[in-house]
Amino acid sequence: MKPGKTSHIDKLPGLVSDGDGPVFAQPWEAQLFAMVLELARQGVFSWAEWTERLGVEIAAVRDRGEADSGTTYYRHWLVTLEQLLSEKGVVQHSDVQSRATQWREAYLNTPHGQPIDLSAGDSSQA
Amino acid sequence: MADHDHSHEHDHDHTEPPGDLELKVKALESLLVEKGLVDPAALDVLIETYEHKVGPRNGAQVVARAWAQPQFKEWLLRDGAAAIASLGFTGRQGEHLRVVENTTTVHNLVVCTLCSCYPWPVLGLPPVWYKSAPYRSRAVSDPRGVLAEFGTALDPDIEIRVWDSTSEMRYLVLPQRPQGTQDWTEVQLAALVSRNAMIGVEKAQQPEDGTAA
Repeated sequence: MKPGKTSHIDKLPGLVSDGDGPVFAQPWEAQLFAMVLELARQGVFSWAEWTERLGVEIAAVRDRGEADSGTTYYRHWLVTLEQLLSEKGVVQHSDVQSRATQWREAYLNTPHGQPIDLSAGDSSQA
Repeated sequence: MADHDHSHEHDHDHTEPPGDLELKVKALESLLVEKGLVDPAALDVLIETYEHKVGPRNGAQVVARAWAQPQFKEWLLRDGAAAIASLGFTGRQGEHLRVVENTTTVHNLVVCTLCSCYPWPVLGLPPVWYKSAPYRSRAVSDPRGVLAEFGTALDPDIEIRVWDSTSEMRYLVLPQRPQGTQDWTEVQLAALVSRNAMIGVEKAQQPEDGTAA
């Protein structure tokens, strides 16, 4: 490899700013992480199956030229989980999408500061 | 107080929805709870565990014991998972664990090129850089360069061994015990062991008054 000019992709991101300890950047990452562990414990999929599929998804992300920076890690988890659950017939993509829309409506229909209840999003279901 | 001053077409009071990723996670969780596959209380326990109870201090205790007790070290290198379980550190991603020892001639570096497998029971969850594409590829193609970026300089004649973690096997580096710590307790020794030293991108810290003999 030629010395001298290095492209930005060679630089390690977050090298010094990342302290010891668990790293969940946002609460949903922790929630997702725990769900995957729990589903594996329940036997919905095996852990070997999970890591293999996650590896396939991360490789696909790279092939598509999408971000794979470490901060995107749990996005890959989410895509992998959705695919696995859909393939196994546990939860279909369309159900996830409509439920997400329902949650969104519930937020919009709930006064600020009030707890969000899913039933508040029922208006979207006609 | 006035969180949302910007005008929306709806003029009634509402709560700003979270982003799409968070909405999807909420959707999945509520669907899985309804199917009886996920218990929200169990999720809370898992999150609490991984945020506060599992972390690199566990691994540091393992390393300190290996430094202090030769018999434990021998066991650790022979059957890492069992020796570590004897200290109470068990769980997911710790079932198959091999400990690799740094010596005067060999330095070990751990990576997971595929999907960021990592020995959770002893190190907690991996740092962001461990999960990044540059680390995953460069740890293999240019380990010496990666070590240099972490400020770790190795003599050119030291062999670097790179261990690629898989779902079947994960690795923990046993760093070299610093000089000048002969009389130290395990608690004191553990304080010298950083997460990065157990991944292999750094060495154990030197005692402040330590002298390289």
